[in-house]
Amino acid sequence: MSAAWLLFLPIALPFAGAVLAFIAGRAGDRRAPQWVNVGTTALMTLVSLLLLSAVWRDGPQAIQMGGWAAPFGITLVADILGAVMVVITALSGLAVAVYAMADIDEGRAKLGWHALYLVLLAGVTGAFLTGDLFNLYVWFEVMLIASFCLLVLGGDKAQLDGGLRYVALNLVATVMFLMAIGLLYGLTGTLNMADLHVTLKTVDAPGLVTTIAVLFLGAFGIKSAVFPLFFWLPASYHVPPVAVSAIFAALLTKVGVYALIRLFTLVFTADVDYTHGILLVIAGATMVTGVLGAAAQNQVRKILSFHIISQIGYMVMGLALYTPLALLGAVFYLVHHIIVKANLFLVGGVAKRITGSFELDRIGGLYKAKPWLAVLFLIPALSLAGIPPLSGFWAKLVLIEASLEVEAWVIAGVALVVGLLTVFSMSKIWLEAFWKPHPDGDAAVGAVALTRGETVALVAPIVLLASITVIIGLAPQPFLDLAARSAQELLAPEAYVRVVLGGLP
Amino acid sequence: MSTLILRTMGRLLAAVLILFSLYMLLRGHNDPGGGFIGGLICALGIVIGSLGEGSRRARRALRIAPRLIAAAGLAVALIAGFSAALAGKPFLTGLWMTVGGSHVGTPILFDVGVYLVVIGATLALLLALEEDAGRVNAGEVEEEE
Repeated sequence: MSAAWLLFLPIALPFAGAVLAFIAGRAGDRRAPQWVNVGTTALMTLVSLLLLSAVWRDGPQAIQMGGWAAPFGITLVADILGAVMVVITALSGLAVAVYAMADIDEGRAKLGWHALYLVLLAGVTGAFLTGDLFNLYVWFEVMLIASFCLLVLGGDKAQLDGGLRYVALNLVATVMFLMAIGLLYGLTGTLNMADLHVTLKTVDAPGLVTTIAVLFLGAFGIKSAVFPLFFWLPASYHVPPVAVSAIFAALLTKVGVYALIRLFTLVFTADVDYTHGILLVIAGATMVTGVLGAAAQNQVRKILSFHIISQIGYMVMGLALYTPLALLGAVFYLVHHIIVKANLFLVGGVAKRITGSFELDRIGGLYKAKPWLAVLFLIPALSLAGIPPLSGFWAKLVLIEASLEVEAWVIAGVALVVGLLTVFSMSKIWLEAFWKPHPDGDAAVGAVALTRGETVALVAPIVLLASITVIIGLAPQPFLDLAARSAQELLAPEAYVRVVLGGLP
Repeated sequence: MSTLILRTMGRLLAAVLILFSLYMLLRGHNDPGGGFIGGLICALGIVIGSLGEGSRRARRALRIAPRLIAAAGLAVALIAGFSAALAGKPFLTGLWMTVGGSHVGTPILFDVGVYLVVIGATLALLLALEEDAGRVNAGEVEEEE
């Protein structure tokens, strides 16, 4: 397949799938949209892997939508970072789609849950592949609308409450994003990111450029839930069905992190000391507040939500240090984190199905009843905490090595301590949910029997994601190579710029 | 809500607005206008009609569920995009042919898709709101819940 097909199919497929899922849902059979969903995400995974291999072989790929040349038209472009993110989106999308077969009730399915889910994936993929800032804004909107609908669909009170906080704070981010785009366009007359890389160097307004950079930082900071803009996340992620929490946890904040990485390597590199200095402080504060917040929680999904925040800090730290090794670490961390976090939410969901609650003091006895689930929990949990030989260990190792390399002792220390506190949180879930006996006695565990089909749908994605975590952990070299190539491209984006702008000087 | 004035004018306005929306849709080809604004105007027309006649009547007149209209619109827009890709050009590139002396191309197909998506989505929201408000007024559900 040519690059042109590979670049737009990951976006067009989920849209087509959404239409199909919707029409299939109207036609009556409630299982049809589920299968459309699984089939579409499987196809997306396949196509995105082909895209990644093409990018790995031939360098960054770009197409101009509608044949309008950059910087006037909209460019779709994939370098290693973009392609890797698309692969991981499709993969976690597939896992959660399978899980959703047993998690999403008929009522929600009838209201178009599966179609909305695919629209969300389309938005995320679009954000990873676009080469244009305004287009990025549009994809953020697609994501926001789809995610808001998913959050409140089914409409119990808690969901509406969480959804309102989510959408209100995200709209603030959207407005900031739009203002920054307006200012940047007024300054340079272009919004194509590759073109901005070139033109921004010729603009002589350092103060204004830094102001715009900080506006973008604020907008994407809210989206990626960094300190002190994270409070919308723990207020909303624990209310919807588990499948929704899982896909949100895996992807939404990471789109913000991706946008930060893209902008602060490709566009805003004029005053690195200032902007990346802010980023470093934010990174440290995010890690600490996230992990402390988690320690104070007593509900599985709330603990996990706060851990998303603390983990975001690690990725931002990689970007802030801005060395090849640090960026390598950030990219590696992104990949590892999406897999692990989605998995933890899924395991939490299964634990709830078996024991009846997310509240830690109302559940227990899982280890005795389902030892296999304990193993499946331990893999992502220990990986999140950074225990060797799992994927999180390598991710943290690289980042800490990078910070020692530039003698950033404080952030290295923070990263280590936060890792330790993560172990504390994970062991809390372990002790409360798995180890201690169930408060209502052993009979309360597994009181609601799952059918065989449900068990397969719930457990298969967890096994898939856990095995990816183990594979990354045991054979990290190919993944490190991939991240290294990506870091190289990010720090020297000439190839990216050339392929977007084509023959233009 | 349903008064004689609203019913009479609602019908008239609905007809005029729907016709005007088609004009806006086609005008968007070379001038300001297009599928998005056309779709909004059309949905507005139907909603004004439904304020007078009741949303049940409006739904019956539509024949197709609003959300299905939106899905169909998305499908039409995708077909417009894919046909360029099948012809070996970048996604969404306009393909043109001459039918009876005038240029016809895929951009109009895309615009029709947008038109349908906007009508479908707007109506799904507004009709649902209208019905909910109707239930609240009729005392079927309590306002504070």
